[in-house]
Amino acid sequence: MNTITENVDVVVVGAGHAGCEAALACARLGLKTQLFTVSVESIAMMPCNPNIGGTSKGHLVRELDALGGEMGKNIDKTFIQSKMLNQSKGPAVHSLRAQADKADYSREMRKVLENTENLTIRQQEVTEILTDEEGKLTGIKTYSGAVYNCKACILCTGTYLRARCIYGDVSTYTGPNGLQAANYLTDSLKSHGIEMRRFKTGTPARIDKRSIDFSKMEEQFGDERVVPFSFTTDPESVQIDQISCWLTYTNEKTHEIIRENLDRSPLYSGMIEGTGPRYCPSIEDKVVRFADKNRHQVFIEPEGRNTNEMYVGGMSSSLPEDVQYAMYRTVPGLEHAIIVRNAYAIEYDCINPRELDASLEFKKIPGLFSGGQFNGSSGYEEAAAQGLVAGINAAMKVLGREPLLLDRSESYIGVLIDDLVTKENREPYRMMTSRAEYRLLLRQDNADLRLTKKGYEVGLISEERYQDLLKKEKEIEEEIKRVEHTNIGANEKVQAFLERHGSTLLKSGTTLGELIRRPELNYEELAEIDEARPKLREDVQEQVNIEIKYEGYIQRQKRQVEQFKKLETKKIPKDLDYDDVYSLRLEAKQKLKEYGPTSIGQASRISGVSPADISVLLVYLESHRS
Amino acid sequence: MNSDTIAAVSTAMSPAGIGIVRISGTHAFEIADRIYDSGTKKKKKLSEQPSHTIHYGFLVDGEEVIDEVLVTLLKGPRSYTAEDTVEINCHGGVFAVKRVLETVLKNGARAAEPGEFTKRAFLNGRIDLSQAEAVMDVIEAQNEYALRSSVKQLKGAVQARIKALRAGILYEIAHIESALDDPEHISLEGYPEELEEKNESWKKETEILLKNSEDGKIMTEGIRTVILGKPNAGKSSLLNVLTGEERAIVTDIAGTTRDTLEEKVNLSGVTLVLVDTAGIRQTEDVVEKIGVKRSRESVRDADLILYVVDSSTELDGNDQEIMGFLKEKKAVVLLNKTDLEAVTTEEILREKMQQAGIGEIEVIPISALENKGLDRLSEKVKEMFFGGELSFNDQVYITNARQKQALLEAHRSLIQVGESIQAGMPEDFFSIDLMSAYEAFGRILGESLGEDLVNEIFSKFCTGK
Repeated sequence: MNTITENVDVVVVGAGHAGCEAALACARLGLKTQLFTVSVESIAMMPCNPNIGGTSKGHLVRELDALGGEMGKNIDKTFIQSKMLNQSKGPAVHSLRAQADKADYSREMRKVLENTENLTIRQQEVTEILTDEEGKLTGIKTYSGAVYNCKACILCTGTYLRARCIYGDVSTYTGPNGLQAANYLTDSLKSHGIEMRRFKTGTPARIDKRSIDFSKMEEQFGDERVVPFSFTTDPESVQIDQISCWLTYTNEKTHEIIRENLDRSPLYSGMIEGTGPRYCPSIEDKVVRFADKNRHQVFIEPEGRNTNEMYVGGMSSSLPEDVQYAMYRTVPGLEHAIIVRNAYAIEYDCINPRELDASLEFKKIPGLFSGGQFNGSSGYEEAAAQGLVAGINAAMKVLGREPLLLDRSESYIGVLIDDLVTKENREPYRMMTSRAEYRLLLRQDNADLRLTKKGYEVGLISEERYQDLLKKEKEIEEEIKRVEHTNIGANEKVQAFLERHGSTLLKSGTTLGELIRRPELNYEELAEIDEARPKLREDVQEQVNIEIKYEGYIQRQKRQVEQFKKLETKKIPKDLDYDDVYSLRLEAKQKLKEYGPTSIGQASRISGVSPADISVLLVYLESHRS
Repeated sequence: MNSDTIAAVSTAMSPAGIGIVRISGTHAFEIADRIYDSGTKKKKKLSEQPSHTIHYGFLVDGEEVIDEVLVTLLKGPRSYTAEDTVEINCHGGVFAVKRVLETVLKNGARAAEPGEFTKRAFLNGRIDLSQAEAVMDVIEAQNEYALRSSVKQLKGAVQARIKALRAGILYEIAHIESALDDPEHISLEGYPEELEEKNESWKKETEILLKNSEDGKIMTEGIRTVILGKPNAGKSSLLNVLTGEERAIVTDIAGTTRDTLEEKVNLSGVTLVLVDTAGIRQTEDVVEKIGVKRSRESVRDADLILYVVDSSTELDGNDQEIMGFLKEKKAVVLLNKTDLEAVTTEEILREKMQQAGIGEIEVIPISALENKGLDRLSEKVKEMFFGGELSFNDQVYITNARQKQALLEAHRSLIQVGESIQAGMPEDFFSIDLMSAYEAFGRILGESLGEDLVNEIFSKFCTGK
């Protein structure tokens, strides 16, 4: 049989949210990039919830944008509603979440891919990883037998590997939305000694809008003034007519039906073997685990502008079809619900991410990278962020440059990757604000200040955008200095202003900075008594306000970071033989060998390595420093 | 890490009935084989025996039989140090036990440094930092009361308190974090008030631990005491009484008694660390001018000032100066020379002190020369530092500097939490300082954080997408 052989720089397997970012990054860095997908129609598909962002996930998208990724720009083009969450809380936990028009989102991303130089799309299943005698990656093989020689490959197979969809006793061996599964790659990876896992996730039903009685639900509006995801999007361009979501609740009757039919759930009958995410539980999970709650929220969200399908957020399930009908119809407003697509659970193969180093390259197969759900995460945003980093690092490798490594103190992406490659993940990993220790420094509003410089160094940020960033930095710095040195006298105008804002009157002069620090005042309001104030961009003003207002907290958090960096910079030699470290416990030795941490800091985060083990290691390294 | 084998006598060196020599390390069994003779026809090899068994036999040094012994075998990690350990029970008596130890050392073990078994137990993950430190404190304890506190800590009383504090804080952090990650399901309405109440109680408990740590430090290290008084007031005599034959000198910090800078004395069970004793001795006999600067420095670091007043002369400028040092310090005035006719009476002294702006200070008439009135001094000191009673039964003490530093940091962070609540800051700001407090408490135990927070969130709260 004659087969095709082609030579490219980089192969990307999968065109979901991770694959798109990976392929774009490589192509934009000038590498000949080949993107494979089982279906061109499913590029950047959103098979589950119709939104991008949310608490901490919004941060990931902003960071990805600051590094030169595409997701932020794409959702800005295709959203139908947007909200800044947690506005009543501190700036660290403000998080953007936008409802997407799913079809538009997918179409727009496809358009971007199709029009990117150096990037070609191919509909074909990749079945084999090819390596040389030393185990280094040389290329991939497709189902048709074609061989693509490449210098690097990024696996972004999402939930497609040996995928199986299940509800009740019905199961099909397909990927999401009935798409073709990829059934061969798992064996190829296993033959290279890669440890595979089986995870599970699920999605709720989609219901026909015409069958819903919205008068029994609470309308959920978007923000009046929408903030775009991308730092490059003109804020004026996103002030559009938005579409509402709706809130309703489950009740005792719903829970009763679920409880009565638990024996018919594949989760409880043992038909599903994969591990599901605890934080994104199915409705039957919630009813069992939180038995004392008599209701759970249900969000009815549109899937797009031009469709009647509505997503039933909060009620994912794998119960049989008839039970699904019965339980959905107990929810106020859904009494006559007509289901368009059933809820289902999906099982798939993924890797144990400790197979990867912090650059997302396989330790056992140099040249092979991976990102997204294939790495054991969940969520579009987590996938995209990893896809971007894997793509960048694959490109850096091909170009013979240093990898992009982000640490926990500079980004959520750093937290995400460090958690994946260092900690024991027994279920799909979801980003959460609580996972980021240095949250106050990792705000969504300063993602550009934290990361755009790195994006520029990598080569994904244009000179113009970089210069713009430098200008912004300078303006912030100068304005903070000016404000801290602007004296405010206790004159009539000032006292009147303070009185009006319910703030204590001045006994003697103070600085503008001191007034900003008062909880009831802020930079913007103080314009009235700040005569010499220069005209500044909104985002500059925001930074000035936050930096001054929360200075004490920011300083304390920075001290925490210093502590963290101390352990992080204590490097562990690559050739350290843990068997020589006499006093280490056996379990710790095994874990340290398995993960091969690069620093004491990373070692301390490995589950199964105790503080006492770290002391032993520190003592050992100290006494063997020559 | 050292893989060498260490040995030491692990019972008190006393004429007791039984002594134990402990050997720990990779070669413990090998060494035991060399010096053990089962006395049976077919010689038993200890290294081939199962762990956690006891064997009767003889301890031999070559041909010579040293003692009749029982040998306990403990294979690592199921031993105190988590290493292979052999314990030789031999006949007591200082001489016998010493001979056994010498034999062990001769056959390949190294003499253990003080606390080395504990250090290994810690490094091998058998015990946590606070337990290890408590063992070290026992080894270094200066007096009976300090010892009791250390023993209590060893049992984990400090550990239990701190663990409870940490658990409480972690629960609240988890609650805040859950609400942030899932604002639609978890409400923080009315929460700041709730947290404030808890925070106040944590703060109080930390203050008690801190207060106790002062006492704890004083117990293990002694009360830093400065003796002040004008020339010829009788400082030297007082010093001699305190350090003389009548009362045992506990320790000399450095060198011979007469040249030391500090001396420790035991005053009815309480340790006083007398500061700058050499200074007093050197200058008292010649014409003395108080080195004001030096006095001020010693006063600053002192826990207690003993101010000696010569009741046979009038108060002078020197006394004025000294009174200036007494403000805001724990002090006792010793009205000396009661054996002579009184020129400065207690009344005159009190009046002067009042003028100098010093509040209530105990005045005790003594005669250093005749060794009179010192019982009242020791009672007063106990009252001042231990509330009159030297009973530590239900108190928990932090006794070491590292732990105290961490306590102080935790306390500061809790204050900051309180300030954030007062200022009406959004809830997510609370967790920055709560986390610092949690971490500081963790440092006392030598525990780190991270994973446990996320697990806590999962186990306690419903976080749905």
